[in-house]
Amino acid sequence: MSELLGHLSLGFSVAFTLSNLGLCFVGCLVGTLIGVLPGIGPIATITMLLPVTFGLPPIGALIMLAGIYYGAQYGGSTTAILVNIPGEVTSVVTTIDGHQMARQGRAGAALGIAAIGSFFAGTVATLTIAALAVPLTKVALLFGPAEYASLMTAGLAFAVVLARGSIAKSIAMVFLGLLLSTVGQDLETGADRMSFGVSSLSDGFDFAVLAMGLFGFAEVMRNLTVEQARDVVHARIGRLLPTGAEFRQSAGPIARGTLLGAILGILPGNGAVLGPFASYALEKKIGRDPKRFGRGAIEGVAGPEAANNAGAQTSFIPLLTLGIPPNAVMALMVGAMTIHGIVPGPLVMTRNASLFWGVIASMWLGNLMLLVINLPLIGLWVRLLKVPYRLLYPAIVIVCCVGIYSVNNSPGDVALTAVVALLGYAASRLGFESAPLLLGFVLGRLLEENLRRALAISRGDLSIFVHRPVSAWLLFTGLVVLVVAVLPSIRSRREEVFVE
Amino acid sequence: MRPSVFVFAVVLALPLQGRAAYPDRPITMIVPFAAGGPTDVVARIVGESMSRTLGQQIVVENVAGAGGTTGVTRAAQATADGYTIVMGHMGTHGAAPAVYPDLKYDPAKSFAPIGMAAGTPILVVAKKSFPAKDFKEFVAYVKANSEKLNEAHAGVGSVSFTTCALFNSLVGAKPTRVVYRGTGPALNDLVSGQVDYMCDQIVNLVPQIQAGSIRAYAIALPQRSSALPDVPTTKEGGLPEYQVSAWNALFAPKGTPPDVLKKLSGALTKALADEGTRKRLLDLGADLSDKAAQTPEGLAKLVDSEVARWNKVLKTVAMKEPAQPPK
Repeated sequence: MSELLGHLSLGFSVAFTLSNLGLCFVGCLVGTLIGVLPGIGPIATITMLLPVTFGLPPIGALIMLAGIYYGAQYGGSTTAILVNIPGEVTSVVTTIDGHQMARQGRAGAALGIAAIGSFFAGTVATLTIAALAVPLTKVALLFGPAEYASLMTAGLAFAVVLARGSIAKSIAMVFLGLLLSTVGQDLETGADRMSFGVSSLSDGFDFAVLAMGLFGFAEVMRNLTVEQARDVVHARIGRLLPTGAEFRQSAGPIARGTLLGAILGILPGNGAVLGPFASYALEKKIGRDPKRFGRGAIEGVAGPEAANNAGAQTSFIPLLTLGIPPNAVMALMVGAMTIHGIVPGPLVMTRNASLFWGVIASMWLGNLMLLVINLPLIGLWVRLLKVPYRLLYPAIVIVCCVGIYSVNNSPGDVALTAVVALLGYAASRLGFESAPLLLGFVLGRLLEENLRRALAISRGDLSIFVHRPVSAWLLFTGLVVLVVAVLPSIRSRREEVFVE
Repeated sequence: MRPSVFVFAVVLALPLQGRAAYPDRPITMIVPFAAGGPTDVVARIVGESMSRTLGQQIVVENVAGAGGTTGVTRAAQATADGYTIVMGHMGTHGAAPAVYPDLKYDPAKSFAPIGMAAGTPILVVAKKSFPAKDFKEFVAYVKANSEKLNEAHAGVGSVSFTTCALFNSLVGAKPTRVVYRGTGPALNDLVSGQVDYMCDQIVNLVPQIQAGSIRAYAIALPQRSSALPDVPTTKEGGLPEYQVSAWNALFAPKGTPPDVLKKLSGALTKALADEGTRKRLLDLGADLSDKAAQTPEGLAKLVDSEVARWNKVLKTVAMKEPAQPPK
């Protein structure tokens, strides 16, 4: 314990210099802004800012880049809540109830609880990293291809729980998402799959293209067709902060979301993407009235937002303790450290102790800054909803187009988004939801790669998934989730039949 | 704003000023891989020093995709005025023609070589519980048990894929080749023992070897590396044919004026002679010993011999091997 305090005080003494605090603030601010703008993600931003950091000492550079990363995670939820566009994979779930809250004039409460939940989760996750990073590394190493394949399979079961309406339709959307994820180059052979010779498809669909198309553009079209819906959002602004009752409702979900997100974030195979989905599924299952979910339940914002931020923090664990980047953003961090002459690895903790603990301390400071930056901004964001739709919609479309273009500098992507938007609009008119499709898409690639890897290692023997205990447990969990979710609807269907 | 947009804006701002002394505006260096990877790090370190010599900023633009061939194709099609150069490597300018049948450039004919920047030595590493005490035993074990072994690589056409294909063909091994999206995840599974061995660039591996989480059996260089002085060479270990380096070299599009090429190559030579730059590269485990390839003529020779060698290795052995044994 005293060792931990010693480490933390070392960390804070490093992070608490004027320049490092300034860099942390700049990182968080830039991160929030790019998170709010749809399309421009942390990867592009960090790539662009990498040369700027050359003149900085390594610790300052790392603090700033880390700030951009978790700032973007936070900023993404603002767009999700206000205009129903998930800026990041992890804010897909927030669109479900967050945007409904905004429509009911509770945007302030939604944004407020997202900021507060994220801050709480960030604080807990930072402490977890400081105290348990080393033992937790072992958990990360327990996961091989078989475990990831099973984890992703279990994750797909959440789609059923995400559904607001028909379960059959949401399962159909998950499978459509899985199919879309197979477009592009086959990792094993390098052959193009289902790209129809279109070169912009050979690297697969970009998440931004699908998210902007299905949510951004399709949402605009949807709103234009529904006459009375136009005035709903800006009719009432409501409070800027959650009420006492809302705080009490959110406390449990925030705690549970933090735990779930922190655990999934440790897994190097991008397990963090599952955190918000898992948290939402859990809250909806244990909620006293699951029907409220999808209609503006604050628990459906608080839990996933906490999970999201906790996962963003704990995903630093594999990087800091093993030197192995768990996702593309972390891979960039490795590059940034390497350029500064520090090659991340298991020895960084002892050899560069002040850097290691300085970064960890800066994470907590960064979370505090995000709270300070974002709480006053809520008023501003909410006022954005007052902008008349004839001005807001073209603005959304333009910002989305610029965002998509900036991902790959490709006009083809913008055209593709338009096609996706038409499909998304048609789907939503027919009562198919977009969130399960994105879940299927995000998990699809991870599932396929790990499934094939596991089968290559087992020489095609499927029993590898049940012989390995962690994998078997995950599959079992997925099955339980599925059964528990589907049973009531089967029962109610039968009741309906009997009533008739 | 992306660097390319910036450069484009600058181009527009200076319409046809006549030929001022090169360079009179920033130079774009295309790196055909993601920022932060081994090639990107070499490019940025060398580029920084060259900028000082040339008196103009060298802007690194990362154009990743299709094993680096996307970015190299763009460079091949760029205006040959010296304001677009590319950091090619062993994959894009050696192995690519064998891996990608529809390649839109020719490593030798579409480019004017500038010079080699740095080689990154290749190591043969295995999970720490691998039952062999030295490289000789390792080779014997792999030979005898290859069908039971899993070798990890970072995707078709990657450095780990091609260099281990060469190793497997020299040893006569046919392991199951397990594919990962990049070196990071592959290394993760090697540390946890899910896969048995891999070949990769020294930059990625040094920290894990020093921490003892994986074992290094040999380095595929004529002499030991100062970054890992305890790791024997393949020659010492009885497999002298296994000599391979993931070299990174600068190229300009074919048709770039000779005086411009001379300036670029002079700036590169100066960068590689600079103590600070050398030290940063050597600290990463880079190999700067191949002086011959640091000249345009030497690099041209290297490209020819590498294309021929990888064509032989990958077309005759590795690509015929199914990625998974059919069941």
